[in-house]
Amino acid sequence: MRLGEILPGTGAFAVVQRNYRVWRKLLVPSMLGNFGDPLLYLLALGYGLGHFVGRMDGVPYITFIASGIVASSVMNTASFEGLYSAFTRMSAQRTYAAMLATPLRVSDILAGEVLWCAVKGLISAVAIMIVASFFGAIQGPWIFLAPPVILLAGLSFGGLALVMTALARSYDFFMYYFTLVITPMFLFCGVFYPIHSLPPFAQHLAQVLPLTHVVALLRPLLTGHLPHAAFYHIGVLWLYTLTAYVGAWRLLGRRLLR
Amino acid sequence: MSPRWEPVAPAVNPVFLELRTLHKRYGTREVLRGVDLALARGECFALVGPNGAGKSTAVRAIQGLTPMDDGEIRIGGRGLIEMGRTARAIMGVVPQADNLDPDFTVQENLWIYGRYFGLSKPLIRQRSAELLEFMALGGHAGQPIHALSGGMQRRLTIARALINTPQLLLLDEPTTGLDPQARHLIWQRLRELRRQGTTLLLTTHYMDEAERLADRVGIIDHGRILAEDSPRGLISVYIPGGVVELRRVDGEPPDPQNLHRQWVRASERVGDTLLCYGPDLSPLLAHFAEDPAYQWLQRPASLEDVFLHLTGRDLREETEYAAR
Repeated sequence: MRLGEILPGTGAFAVVQRNYRVWRKLLVPSMLGNFGDPLLYLLALGYGLGHFVGRMDGVPYITFIASGIVASSVMNTASFEGLYSAFTRMSAQRTYAAMLATPLRVSDILAGEVLWCAVKGLISAVAIMIVASFFGAIQGPWIFLAPPVILLAGLSFGGLALVMTALARSYDFFMYYFTLVITPMFLFCGVFYPIHSLPPFAQHLAQVLPLTHVVALLRPLLTGHLPHAAFYHIGVLWLYTLTAYVGAWRLLGRRLLR
Repeated sequence: MSPRWEPVAPAVNPVFLELRTLHKRYGTREVLRGVDLALARGECFALVGPNGAGKSTAVRAIQGLTPMDDGEIRIGGRGLIEMGRTARAIMGVVPQADNLDPDFTVQENLWIYGRYFGLSKPLIRQRSAELLEFMALGGHAGQPIHALSGGMQRRLTIARALINTPQLLLLDEPTTGLDPQARHLIWQRLRELRRQGTTLLLTTHYMDEAERLADRVGIIDHGRILAEDSPRGLISVYIPGGVVELRRVDGEPPDPQNLHRQWVRASERVGDTLLCYGPDLSPLLAHFAEDPAYQWLQRPASLEDVFLHLTGRDLREETEYAAR
């Protein structure tokens, strides 16, 4: 493994630029998908379920759930982009092959894709945060610290998704990842209820998953507090990001340069 | 017939692209088995071979996109590996399978490609306008890719490959599947590029394409270059003289007594046809032309005859590309 080859260069920004230009053309359906679903969850569960739940962990249920929905929407948006959209670019559209005929390298393409996953995650998260703030569901002086956390979360989920994409033979493969990884994180990582209500072994399991750490950072920030053990959670997310990047780089290289 | 142009003077133009004993294996299959090749600057070289001969692998190797098991590639005297990504900065590539960006218009395709090369926006704008004009796509800048015909897409792919004003243009089967009009336009433009000093390496299995465009042709099969010369040189070495094709009207094998052998230098039977090669085939024709049981065709030897002579007449299934 040569360090110069694995480190991305400025070419990564051209990849981001390409994806951004395409996204801008398909703005409405794209935003609707990334933003509509989580908003429905927020309103339906925040108000519907919130009526019976009342308060959770000392805050109104809609406030509790808003930060969880922001976190899970980053996960979903970044994952979807890194799986289906990236796979389409790699296989059906042969965009990576076209890019590799230029000075771009695998590391530039990969870094550009992961970065774009994070940017898309940030776009949908910010849209939800804006709407949630109208309902008073997010608040406090630390909201402005949320975007860097969201970007980091997007990098880890995007990186993990690109590992899957580098391995995938077809779109069907991604169902495994959704059913075995994304959906369990959505349900067990503290989006809808605090993980301390889970049995101990499930709590330990949840601690291993990245979404738990995103929620642990975002929930306090969006409800007016600073998170406990913030550097630990940030460290875990960086570990996921870098490990996924190295793994995806090796797998993509093996796939594209043969 | 085949165009003739002045050979590139090797004294002024030393070797620009050099492949030395290139070896590549996929599993147990040897795709390249010691390919040696040297192109002078400004030369047009055609690599012709059947499907699976190793043409596309060689093209990928020159871009540094496939690790070699052995051998070396040098461009302008420098090793490809040592050049890294700068090698691709001076290349243009027209791939076998179209990979234009379907989410973009014609103009945007050129724009984003220029960005991949790190070119400035004003430079891309200027180059795009020139290239669209050059490839006769002037009126189509704002159209989406799916609105273009196959020939227009290919022209755009070539325009895109020229965005960085490459010194070396690699074309992997540039006119496969196009109609004659589109092919002729592309040939015109490739000749124009060659006149401007671009070094061209193209792969094709159209012999007429190789004959019309290339200063030199290399015939490749099973990962080896079998012969390499100007189109005329190859023909005169392997199939001197002309060709007569003999067939019987009733479909029976022609000339069962093998009378033709006294008049020809070589012959072969292919299905219902007897192919006769030789410098002077008039005695053969004198014997068979008047016979009402026979149909015949006399023609000059072509590169295709050389190709079939060297690579055989077995059918090749698509393997090289489909395996990817």
